[in-house]
Amino acid sequence: MSEAPGIGRIRVPPRARRGEVVEIRLLIQHPMENGFRRDTLGRAVAKNIIHRLVARYDGREILRAELGSGIAANPYFAFFTRATASGRIEIDWEDDAGVRGSVGAAIEVT
Amino acid sequence: MRRRHFLKVGAGGTAILAVPAAAQQLLPAHDLAPLIMQIAGTSPPRPGRVRIGLPSLAENGNSVPLDLAVDSPMSEADHVRSIHVLAERNPRPLVASFQLGPLAGRAQLSLRIRLAGSQRVVALAVMSDGACWSAETEVVVTSAACLDELSL
Repeated sequence: MSEAPGIGRIRVPPRARRGEVVEIRLLIQHPMENGFRRDTLGRAVAKNIIHRLVARYDGREILRAELGSGIAANPYFAFFTRATASGRIEIDWEDDAGVRGSVGAAIEVT
Repeated sequence: MRRRHFLKVGAGGTAILAVPAAAQQLLPAHDLAPLIMQIAGTSPPRPGRVRIGLPSLAENGNSVPLDLAVDSPMSEADHVRSIHVLAERNPRPLVASFQLGPLAGRAQLSLRIRLAGSQRVVALAVMSDGACWSAETEVVVTSAACLDELSL
């Protein structure tokens, strides 16, 4: 069921010192339809939200989020991780329509 | 006479402005206790260690910035296992649950939430030892999040 995934943008500092706590910022383009809205013809708009989001650092989980309709459209998240080794930070998500998306960035640890 | 007229118009304008505030009362507050019990387990959450950063007045309930922070060393032995956000007047009061661990380095999160009207927002943090800490704050929402269907 994979169509065009929501476009995600990630910001991770490109370089960090070992042991430093770095901020990861994520913005996903997604309507996060809460299922309570009607379109211009009065038809109910189906609920479609990103219900799960997982952030990994070289495959190890940093953060796992279970999200509800109380998350604003075009969801934004900022969170932290400790820079341990040069590698990649990858974030995956899935919405109610089964559409998956992912975005990643590299971090160089010195 | 003109002054009377002005007063009348003024009163009418105030009445119109008051309508959205009254409409917000439509959604009853959920009882958060069962949800909190489900998250915290048997011991009730203790207030403290969690900080909520939420504007006291939000103009637009469709996107309200929320910052969460928990006092924790985030070490292998002592870290935050999960953070939960509850909004009692939202149609679905559980806004989000986050699972984290020592890899996070710092128990701090920022996100943007929807709020269906002025209400109390509760944050819970479950620690690695099973203890649950909480914080709550009141927020006034001028324009509630878009909810055409209040059938819930």
